[in-house]
Amino acid sequence: MTAAAILPLLASIPAHASDAFPLTPRWWLPESASTFSDDVDTTFAFIYWVDVAFFLMIVAAILYFAFAYRRRKEGQRTSPVRGNHALEFAWSFIPSLFLIAFFVMGFRTYMDMQIPPADSMDIRVTGQKWNWSFEYPKQGITLSSADGLVVPANTPVRLTITSVDVLHSFFIPAFRTKKDAVPNRYTSEWFEAKHPGDYHIFCAEYCGDDHSRMTSTVHVLEPAAFTAWVADHKAASASMSPAERGQNLFKTQGCAACHSVDGTRLVGPSLKGKYGVEEQLTDGTTVTVDDNYIRESLESPGAKIVAGFAPQMPPYQGRLKDDEISALIDFIKSLNEEE
Amino acid sequence: MPTSAGSTADSTVPGDGASGHDDAHPSYLSASKGVASWLFTVDHKRIGVMYLVCVLSFFLVGGLLALAFRLELSTAAPDLFTASTYNRLFTLHGAIMVFLVLVPSIPATLGNFVLPLMLGAKDVAFPRLNLLSFHIYVLGALFLIYTLVSGGVETGWTFYAPYSSTTDSSVVSALLGAFILGFSSILTGLNFIVTIHKMRAPGLTWRKLPLFVWAAYATSMIQVLATPVIAITLFLLVFERTMGIGIFDPALGGDPVLFQHFFWFYSHPVVYVMILPAFGVMSETITINSRKHIFGYNAIAASSIAIAGLGFMVWGHHMFVSGQSELAGTIFSLITFAVAVPTAIKVFSWVATMYKGSIQLNTVMLYSLSFLFIFSIGGLTGLFLGTLAIDVHMHDTYFVVAHFHYVMMGGTLIGFITGLHHWWPKMTGRMFPELPGKIGCALVFLGFNLTFFPQFVAGARGMPRRYHEYAPEFQIWQFWSTVGSFVLAAGLFLIAGYLLWSLKRGARAPRNPWHGMSLEWQTESPPIEHNFDHQVICTHGPYDFEEIDYSKA
Repeated sequence: MTAAAILPLLASIPAHASDAFPLTPRWWLPESASTFSDDVDTTFAFIYWVDVAFFLMIVAAILYFAFAYRRRKEGQRTSPVRGNHALEFAWSFIPSLFLIAFFVMGFRTYMDMQIPPADSMDIRVTGQKWNWSFEYPKQGITLSSADGLVVPANTPVRLTITSVDVLHSFFIPAFRTKKDAVPNRYTSEWFEAKHPGDYHIFCAEYCGDDHSRMTSTVHVLEPAAFTAWVADHKAASASMSPAERGQNLFKTQGCAACHSVDGTRLVGPSLKGKYGVEEQLTDGTTVTVDDNYIRESLESPGAKIVAGFAPQMPPYQGRLKDDEISALIDFIKSLNEEE
Repeated sequence: MPTSAGSTADSTVPGDGASGHDDAHPSYLSASKGVASWLFTVDHKRIGVMYLVCVLSFFLVGGLLALAFRLELSTAAPDLFTASTYNRLFTLHGAIMVFLVLVPSIPATLGNFVLPLMLGAKDVAFPRLNLLSFHIYVLGALFLIYTLVSGGVETGWTFYAPYSSTTDSSVVSALLGAFILGFSSILTGLNFIVTIHKMRAPGLTWRKLPLFVWAAYATSMIQVLATPVIAITLFLLVFERTMGIGIFDPALGGDPVLFQHFFWFYSHPVVYVMILPAFGVMSETITINSRKHIFGYNAIAASSIAIAGLGFMVWGHHMFVSGQSELAGTIFSLITFAVAVPTAIKVFSWVATMYKGSIQLNTVMLYSLSFLFIFSIGGLTGLFLGTLAIDVHMHDTYFVVAHFHYVMMGGTLIGFITGLHHWWPKMTGRMFPELPGKIGCALVFLGFNLTFFPQFVAGARGMPRRYHEYAPEFQIWQFWSTVGSFVLAAGLFLIAGYLLWSLKRGARAPRNPWHGMSLEWQTESPPIEHNFDHQVICTHGPYDFEEIDYSKA
């Protein structure tokens, strides 16, 4: 193919294809569920078939030459050819045209993926070992990895992403989108889901022991169902007792990733039946688990570490309000009563 | 018709029969005895052999670690290891394979051994510096062994901050190990550059250099220019961990994305430190087994230099989703595609070299063709990753894992195995057996593709890398990958077996078993201590084989 043939082809590629290129090798890719995932798949398909064509040509030439010019007798005479400038120019120039085409296609879709529409719905995503929390500032809702990310279909959603500890990366394969969560910095990604459904969320940047469990689900609802869900969720939250609010915070703030409530030992101590108990600390002293110890452990977790555990918890000072700390204390107290 | 060189012209005819060592000129293996005569030798050949023993030993360790976590990954659930052990396994696999195996694989072993021979030189320019670089390599390796036995490290071989600045595993010893190994790499590169400039035999002009030497030259440039950056980066990370100086950790006021820039500024060029020497091996083995002059000598030599230069300007393609600016991402994507052109030129030129040749499908040539097949897949899949919109999806998935194994294992290590077989008669004075050689090649080829091709599909379908447990829909791809890894291991153990066997029982190697024209074939197999018993004079190019029919020119 020559430049004259490729350039009109490039110009003819719409920025938003209504569907992926018909010859897209579907078995290579997950479901295509966002507005730009078909564009990504079309680019994939184009590169895929060009690659397959070049690869087959290379392998065919190798096999043909290896057979046709196999050594039939010792001392067989060979060609003195040392090069051919026209051929060398052609096999530098023609691939270059394809490479430019790949770049342009990738660039156009990438720009679509980077620039969210002005009317996007905002959600804050915070990564933490090993939980994603989803905060809806307009709706006043906070969800955890276990709840999943609930979004309306056919509505652009902009995620503002950060992390409180190490790097994470927020990856939704079906939407073909991914962005690192970087501590002390905000990054963003956006998507518009095409139809209702449930899709994987993965953490794609290695973050320690439970990296492969730092997964969640996007629940895409019809816009009307989303509105109803928001109302139900807010009504349920308003009628919660302090201990129930604490339980909710325990999930959305990521506590549950490291502290069990059933006695199982995770990265941090289980909180079951711990309220009022005396604990041995790493420095040999002891402490009683009371309101003050819980508050101190939330605000400066490294101050008093229970023996047998490593100081790994990020500080929550400034991240929790007073009434939220009280709600968490009430929740931890309630873990004693259940026995 | 090229004529053989040197004062003892009759002994340098290609294909000359048995090597003859006499008491006055013992081989480098028997020139002196005892452990100290090896550990403190300044003979580039003995240093190359010591590197070879170390590199192959660490290849075994890194490979066994890989088999362990491949077993774990054969099912979606966690079964054999805890997440914490699994994380240590893949981290040590990566760190050992990159720093102790791939980077020194071809340059420090085959390069050290054959480069001075190819130049018709008695040794490298700075023999003592060469020994020092080996001793530094051993010291760095000891730090990594200490890391292994002191509880391991679980940061990934990339040491991304702030995970690496805050975790409580043996990060400092691993960082110091990699830091020290960097000096070994720099010194080898420096030595080769000076050797190629100053030690060439009379008549061996730049345009007559074997392409392996050109590749070693480009590699050395990268080693000298890029390695200091990783060294200082790792050292800054040690400062951060031990003294709390905030450079990369945001909790201390640092910037974790800065670490990625520094890290990839070295670690992308170092991919070319690994692959360029393998390209050099291919240029030797394909010509010699096709009895043809290389197709496009100038283009291949120049493309090595172009790859080395462009390789410095593409590091940001590892960071398309890191929060790097869109403008930076766009520029890095464009330059990344530019690297594909010289790489394609090389592949096309090797294939064209076979045209109207006299092709012998021996073990070495079968490996060379395997390399072309596998490296083509590695290179072509890189085009997906250079494309911005697709990389956003593929980044940090198994697609990337498969891609860099096709390049680094399928490219560099198969190139290394090819070169090892090609120069084995020269290094040991023994021939390896052909039939087991071909069977080993077939097992490696099948096992390699079965291991890594399914990983492309798992990754494209969305499976992230470094996952201890994973969603069940990926199990089919991971299962076959594990099966493949054991076929690959069987092939590698077979190779190890017959190579060791050949040391004692292989047929005696003649000077020039493959009828090569480059200068290393003009001395004994194994060479005498000072390489040549006379001043070599180069009168012909490295690919002027006697079968070439100039009447058809």
